[in-house]
Amino acid sequence: MSDSVSKPRPQFRNLSIARLMGYRLPLAGKASIMHRVSGALLFLCLPLVILPLFAASVTSPESYAGLREWASNPVCKLVVLVLIWGYLHHFCAGIRYLVLDLHIGMDKVSAQKSAGVVFGVSLALTVVFGLKLFGAW
Amino acid sequence: MTTQERIGTHRLVVGAHYGTRDFIVQRITAIIMAVYTLVLFFGFLFSGEVNFENWRNLFTFTVLGAPVGQLLATLAFVSLAWHAWIGVRDIWMDYVTGAGLRLALHALTILWLVAAVVFFAKILWSL
Repeated sequence: MSDSVSKPRPQFRNLSIARLMGYRLPLAGKASIMHRVSGALLFLCLPLVILPLFAASVTSPESYAGLREWASNPVCKLVVLVLIWGYLHHFCAGIRYLVLDLHIGMDKVSAQKSAGVVFGVSLALTVVFGLKLFGAW
Repeated sequence: MTTQERIGTHRLVVGAHYGTRDFIVQRITAIIMAVYTLVLFFGFLFSGEVNFENWRNLFTFTVLGAPVGQLLATLAFVSLAWHAWIGVRDIWMDYVTGAGLRLALHALTILWLVAAVVFFAKILWSL
């Protein structure tokens, strides 16, 4: 406890919001920030969108029919698709982290590759769900 | 204070010691949710025709009279809330430096998630 009241540590705040788009993130960094963005999105939408939709889907045959009616609107489909993307990205990126926790694929090359796989798989699945959602079959 | 907590002769390492627990909790809850996602997905695929009864049955099925569907969904949702608490708290800790604002955001996050759990439990257990 002796030095807990030590001199203030130096802070280096050399990041700038205005230049945010100018920073070059490696693919693993992009997967990481999208993991955070998708998690925050799902957190915010949980009581606002996801739970009301879930309630409508299971409560009664009438509310289920009402949900199908609601979901026939393309804008609503788009909202659902964004949430599907968020879930899929968070799911895939999360599995990548669990694998990294086991010290598998820790070197730079494999870590970049696995980040690419996360984007590839989550976006491909989003397209599949999107096609299904918009009635491609 | 044991000698093991001392580094060198001057420095004493202190901390709340919740970091490791939260690290482990976040991963265990993630695995629970991932497994439940697959259970739901394949349950849906093999539930036959897509209609209200088959969909609701994914959450209300019983095994030998026990409400297994509701119990699994509750387990997964509580995992979700705990997982989200750790994740969102980490976001505030990374970007919000003022102690007062951070405390307020932590409190709001907890209220938000507790409300979600109660909302979900009410929907699920009144089926």
